[in-house]
Amino acid sequence: MIPELGHFALILALLTALVLAVAPFAGAVRSDPRWMAMAPSAAAGLFVFHLLAFACLAWAFAANDFSVLYVAMNSNVLLPLHYRIAAVWGAHEGSLLLWSLILSGWTLAVAARSRSLPREVSARVLAVLGFIAVGFLCFMLFTSNPFARLLPAAIEGRDLNPLLQDIGLIVHPPVLYMGYVGLAVPFAFAVAALAEGRVDAAWTRWTRPWTTIAWTFLTLGIAGGSWWAYYELGWGGWWFWDPVENASFIPWLAATALIHSLAVAEKRDTFKAWTVLLAIFGFSLSLLGTFIVRSGVLVSVHAFANDPERGVFILAFLGLVVGGALALYAWRAGRLAGGGRFAVFSRETMLLANNVLLTVAAAAVLLGTLYPLLMDSLGLGQISVGRPYFDRIFVPLMVPLAGLVALGMLARWKRDRAARLAPLLGVVLAAAAAGGIAAALLAHSAAAALGAGLALWIAGSTVRSIVERVRRPRDLLRLPRGVMGMSLAHVGFAVTLTGVCFVSVLEVEQVVRLAPGDSVEVAGHDFRFEGVHDAAGPNYRARRAEIVVTRKGRPVARLAPEKRTYAGQAQQMTEAGIDPGFTRDLYAALGEPLGGGAWSVRLHYKPFVRWIWLGAILMAIGGALAASDHRYRRRAATGGIRDPLRALLGGEGAAPGAERP
Amino acid sequence: MTPRQRRAALVGGMAAGIAAAAAFAFLAIGENMLWFFTPSQLAAEGPPPGNRIRLGGLVVEGSVRRRPGALEVRFDLADRAAAVTVAYRGLLPDLFREGQGIVALGRIDADGVLQAEEVLAKHDETYMPPAIAESMREANATERAGAPTVRP
Repeated sequence: MIPELGHFALILALLTALVLAVAPFAGAVRSDPRWMAMAPSAAAGLFVFHLLAFACLAWAFAANDFSVLYVAMNSNVLLPLHYRIAAVWGAHEGSLLLWSLILSGWTLAVAARSRSLPREVSARVLAVLGFIAVGFLCFMLFTSNPFARLLPAAIEGRDLNPLLQDIGLIVHPPVLYMGYVGLAVPFAFAVAALAEGRVDAAWTRWTRPWTTIAWTFLTLGIAGGSWWAYYELGWGGWWFWDPVENASFIPWLAATALIHSLAVAEKRDTFKAWTVLLAIFGFSLSLLGTFIVRSGVLVSVHAFANDPERGVFILAFLGLVVGGALALYAWRAGRLAGGGRFAVFSRETMLLANNVLLTVAAAAVLLGTLYPLLMDSLGLGQISVGRPYFDRIFVPLMVPLAGLVALGMLARWKRDRAARLAPLLGVVLAAAAAGGIAAALLAHSAAAALGAGLALWIAGSTVRSIVERVRRPRDLLRLPRGVMGMSLAHVGFAVTLTGVCFVSVLEVEQVVRLAPGDSVEVAGHDFRFEGVHDAAGPNYRARRAEIVVTRKGRPVARLAPEKRTYAGQAQQMTEAGIDPGFTRDLYAALGEPLGGGAWSVRLHYKPFVRWIWLGAILMAIGGALAASDHRYRRRAATGGIRDPLRALLGGEGAAPGAERP
Repeated sequence: MTPRQRRAALVGGMAAGIAAAAAFAFLAIGENMLWFFTPSQLAAEGPPPGNRIRLGGLVVEGSVRRRPGALEVRFDLADRAAAVTVAYRGLLPDLFREGQGIVALGRIDADGVLQAEEVLAKHDETYMPPAIAESMREANATERAGAPTVRP
């Protein structure tokens, strides 16, 4: 009964989405306020029906209702309750439901904040979001219904993939999807602007906070996924350039470019057509990512051909959304031209370079991801493009990007002179060079030197740019949140860069055979193997090793890597033993028994690996700060200048003249 | 320079930059791509120049061998028509088992043994590299045995 209720709620959600996609848009075209006024309530209805459907599926998992096929495939009586709930998004159908639920949440949020927008704009934006919801609900209802019944019901479920039984599953997908789907909002704003045929400073001010919030979630989601893979897969890697990872990283690169070009569009009223195009690309790439991950094309293009319904549906929807948006762009972009002029040496140029580098990086990653799929589907053979390609293409793009951060922050809008910046950055350059030389001497590596130098360059120039802005220390707290957020995000970039560079260059890995009592030295640490004993968890049995780590005779850590066997499935799972640290992780993974109590064991020394995720957290905090800048709220209220009567009646303060220069 | 000339220079510069980036990317792909082989393809065509390949096949039952106490493990990867020996020094993945479909990445040495740098077994226990499934289907068509079912 409850699953049918969920199914029914999904159908109602589809009908509501249809209304939301059509009525407000038609209202905006016909200037009919009653039709436009339907948007907020339709958005609310969409969210409520989604929430109901989601709750029904969660109930089916909680109650072990194995007559629902999806539950039977992904749960088990022995599975702890929190994993049963998280299992809702553990596989295809449920993760689509989560996708769609989050989209409806974003739609509701836009509707709730839309009172400060001109009615036509909010009607169009919400209609575009409604249209996207129609697509995903159709996809779910016609090809991937999570409420499909299994008759006769299974007595016991197949259990959730053991790899997913982890806190990571509870946190990572929702956060990542918040970012992924959040890019639909700037997309909707872009389409609305094209439909209206104008992009002004008010438009960029509405779009900026939404983009920044989506980017913040995407940053956290990607970093969380990297951290999860690091400790859960037992390979000690933190990024694999795997197509699924790339599918989230490519939109992130586009969104990062969008954040920067929006800054130019707002301050200087230029780059407008490009910004709109980037907003379209950002969400298109996240749809493409959904296609790559959800169509089966990753396993093989043949699998895609065997089960074409899903893939063809997403591909067609992708074509419709992207093609439609680009056609609209081609038609209307001509009207968006114009804006401020700028000299070759100016902040605009630096941000243009930022955009070019990030877009090329996104295109290069996309090429490496799609190329094997393309070759295979054309029957040209099966190839794979691995880490060497991505490293080779990505590093040369990131080095100039990191170098330009300083100039982008310190150069003036419109026109600047290198001679003005040279004294400001001289000290920073000296510090960066000193740091690089120190790293070269300590680590005997040119790459580590380059990484340390660039990181210090970014961090130092961030400090320098703040010093430029404040005369007295107490002014620090009065800095606009946008500036604070930007600075923090750039420092985060430096921190991540340091982590990536140091762990890639200085990591030590050893595979060894260890019998009880044996010890081996890895990067100055003594790992002593104490043997393996049996242990048990709620739904698994484990063989747990004990490894004592000492450094110069003093105890440092005890690692307990495990080999687990789960009850529901024959599959074995390696659980790494990790001793985390600010400047290094010690990491051990258990291999196989080699007879006589000896095991094969892989040991890693990973310097600065945590800095990768620490930097991402700093970037995310920076994003949250920037998105909460007061001027968005204040200026959003004055966004109604095109509807002055409403601005007056609304009494939301802040006359247009009160804008910060 | 007039504004028109400056714009032309900017556009030209960007086009040249993008062309250079694209050329560089395709070059990098060409140098870093790995061809996928099945054991029968390898037997028929021989290894490519550079000898670095990805080889997919089923681990032959009873072929996994290890000198007592040593880390190096050897096993045979096969489809229905041919088999190749793989040598690997490292931790085998959790899903590695005899009869399981896996992919090994490495170089073919002078003795025709694949010296693996990486051994991958993906997804669930019913997974089989699609190309293997296909080559097994072809081999089966002549043998008239039931084709293995593939669950992606």
